[in-house]
Amino acid sequence: MTTHVHAGSTPKHYLIDGYGIRSWLLTTDHKRIAILYLASVTVMFALGGLFAIFVRLELLTPAGDLMQAETYNKMFTMHGIAMVFFFLIPAVPAVLGNFLIPLMIGAKDLAFPRINLLSWYVFVVGGLFSLYAMIAGGIDTGWTFYTPYSTAWSNTNVVPTAVGIFITGFSSILTGLNFMATIHKMRAPGLTWFRLPLFVWAHYATSIIMILGTPVLAITIVLVALDRIGKFGIFDPAAGGDPVLFQHLFWFYSHPAVYIMILPSMGVISELVSAFSRKRVFGYSFVAFSSLAIALIGFLVWGHHMFVSGQSVYASLVFSVLSFLVAIPSAVKVFNWTATLHKGRISFETPMLYVFGFIGLFTIGGLTGLFLASLGLDVHVHDTYFIVAHFHYIMVGGVIMGYLGGLHFWWPKMTGRMYPEWWGRLSALVIFIGFNLTFFPQFVLGYLGMPRRYHAYPEEFQVLNVMSTAGASILGVGYLIPLVYMIWSMRYGKVAPDNPWGAKGLEWETGSPPPTHNFEKPPEVVSEAYAYHEHPAEARHG
Amino acid sequence: MLSDLPFFPKQASTLAGEVDALYLFLVGLSAIMSALIAGTLIFFAIRYRRGTKVDRSNPPEGSLALEMIWSLIPLAVVMVIFAWGASVFFKIARPPDDATSIQVVGKRWMWKLQHANGRREINELHVPVGRAVRLTMTSEDVIHSFYVPAFRVKQDVLPGRYTHVWFEPTRPGRYHLFCAEYCGTKHSRMIGSVIVMEPDEFQAWLGGGQAGVSPAAAGQKLFNELGCASCHSKESGSRGPALDGLYGSTVLLERGETAVADEEYIRESIVDPMARVVRGYSPLMPTFKGLVAEEGLFQIMEYIKTLEGERDARAERADAPAATPGALPETAEERK
Repeated sequence: MTTHVHAGSTPKHYLIDGYGIRSWLLTTDHKRIAILYLASVTVMFALGGLFAIFVRLELLTPAGDLMQAETYNKMFTMHGIAMVFFFLIPAVPAVLGNFLIPLMIGAKDLAFPRINLLSWYVFVVGGLFSLYAMIAGGIDTGWTFYTPYSTAWSNTNVVPTAVGIFITGFSSILTGLNFMATIHKMRAPGLTWFRLPLFVWAHYATSIIMILGTPVLAITIVLVALDRIGKFGIFDPAAGGDPVLFQHLFWFYSHPAVYIMILPSMGVISELVSAFSRKRVFGYSFVAFSSLAIALIGFLVWGHHMFVSGQSVYASLVFSVLSFLVAIPSAVKVFNWTATLHKGRISFETPMLYVFGFIGLFTIGGLTGLFLASLGLDVHVHDTYFIVAHFHYIMVGGVIMGYLGGLHFWWPKMTGRMYPEWWGRLSALVIFIGFNLTFFPQFVLGYLGMPRRYHAYPEEFQVLNVMSTAGASILGVGYLIPLVYMIWSMRYGKVAPDNPWGAKGLEWETGSPPPTHNFEKPPEVVSEAYAYHEHPAEARHG
Repeated sequence: MLSDLPFFPKQASTLAGEVDALYLFLVGLSAIMSALIAGTLIFFAIRYRRGTKVDRSNPPEGSLALEMIWSLIPLAVVMVIFAWGASVFFKIARPPDDATSIQVVGKRWMWKLQHANGRREINELHVPVGRAVRLTMTSEDVIHSFYVPAFRVKQDVLPGRYTHVWFEPTRPGRYHLFCAEYCGTKHSRMIGSVIVMEPDEFQAWLGGGQAGVSPAAAGQKLFNELGCASCHSKESGSRGPALDGLYGSTVLLERGETAVADEEYIRESIVDPMARVVRGYSPLMPTFKGLVAEEGLFQIMEYIKTLEGERDARAERADAPAATPGALPETAEERK
């Protein structure tokens, strides 16, 4: 193993280029900002997980006995809000995207470094706002804020929480703008669009959704606040409004938001599957364009959340057919990743285990999406645990597998240290098993008819709920293991070489961790991405 | 019988089998697809694991043919599923014409139901086996959702408008009724039962209890108490259109538009009279919003449905030339 020596001739790497709290809080280095995001989303994930523990404990028994109904309703609401808006949406783009996009395209930083820092502050302010609202009384509308419950009936902190989400949305918009400008304008010489890593393509597609979708969420939140505070009567039928209009506006953002979560994760998977099969991703351009197809068609399927809401039957038909269409580019990705393994040189380090985990969970999540897109079948399973299981498989399974896989893969680059491989593999396995045990029984529960957001439930549903809670405790342990060893490795991990995986990509051609300005001299790109076949004999380290 | 399997819901309506058929097809398809993907992954992962001596020459970088195959075949399959799902959906959405009508009002956190003969229930619904039932539903406060898993039907219940759901029970028994749309603190207590009975038992049940006044009769009483008849009369020169034969007819509005006088239209005309005024009448009617409860609206509706008769006066109006804004008051003047 060759160990890169950073001292002396090479410039200081970004982690030691400045010490003290100021050098972090005022940094404009995309890598440091990524670390700031990493810390922030980890806190939100821990909080969201804590709320989930209470939900699962309450559901251990049919009677609502652990906590009051009011408390339970706040728990699942806060679980959803913390996880969706403050973890799942930012996790991959704000942490890995922020860290990697400039490195992958051979740039010194993002196009607008100060806006990048601003977007983190906006995120934190929004997060603190929502946290304050949740702690000072809580909120019980569900993360979906359905009207007129949220505008006229709930007695909880609806507006402060919504304001927090409103603010955080701008962080997402700014990040999207920054990524898009960066990808357009700052690619290294020779790095044409079709030489870009698929991770970058995925983030480009994600940025489109962030920029076009998030403002609609912001508008919707403003309207909810106006309705709630000023009795404008936009959504409240008692004042002449239309509650279903809210659902249209809300899902116009919140369905594409699922793709904000999943597309960056798919980008990670493309990188990992290539690196650990030592092969170019099969059907590169199909994988790249499927990201764009998902982003665009994803804007046209929102009405599939409303098949039983009183929406016109014909509108439902259109939304159903479009929802089936969006399944195709997702399936294309899965097939191409699978085909990438063909004739590869596959190894099974932790990140690759997460690839298998991702494909497994995403396949189940995607296939059960077909159930929900089917009009006649959705009527029965809508608003039951079937849907809860489905979106956890897609959103959580998808994001967690991609995020943790990516975090392990690029951890040596980010910190200059290796994580402990054995523990990594173990936790990947524990998480996969725990996840399936938690959420698979919920499909069955949903088809049996158990509605979601139920504090108490009929006794015949108990066995499956106990299985789910048992799975959740395994899952919880699975999340704790990496938290511990990742922190441990920052100090005690093996020192990482520049390219521990023998992977292709500009980010591996600079130091681990990279110098402040990423590259000692501006890189020039002369070959396509994933050019593993050009040096088939090159062995990975060790 | 499927329903007797563990972890499979009871089937108790004509629709349940149809939904389950699609469900089981999709379960089968998903199992096959998952097995194919997982099988291929595992096969490749083992065969091409690092260090094995297998043929790795000329690895393909992509294949247009393969991309076409694995996009177009799934596309064809999902279009079949779409068509199947849509055909089941149309059956769920279209009640048979001879369905018995029942009125449902959801409020936090209970279901209030009333049968055509006036018998009321709370959180319980008795229905006969083998007879289609159509519910007309509304909410007094937030959105609820009427869900009977054993029937495989669900429909959101909205404040300020009517939605409908129908089913035909096939097996006597007691089945869960759930509120499926989160409606606040006691959402999980907004539950009840649908009790499916043999027809003769049901008739006995329906006749028992406090039979009460029929909704139509109660509606007539309300109609008179609220003074509706002072404008809506058959006499010429009345300020409002006569209501005889109104239900289900097509009325002509200002500017030549038409509206079918269904439950939705009649409800709107009572709570928001200015929304769609019949041509030839001045927009004089005050709103009755807040003055009549949802049950009262249902009763007035039932009363209006009983008003049969010729609609000559209305037909005359319908033939009148399209009113211009200036012409409207004149017409009203004439009538005085």
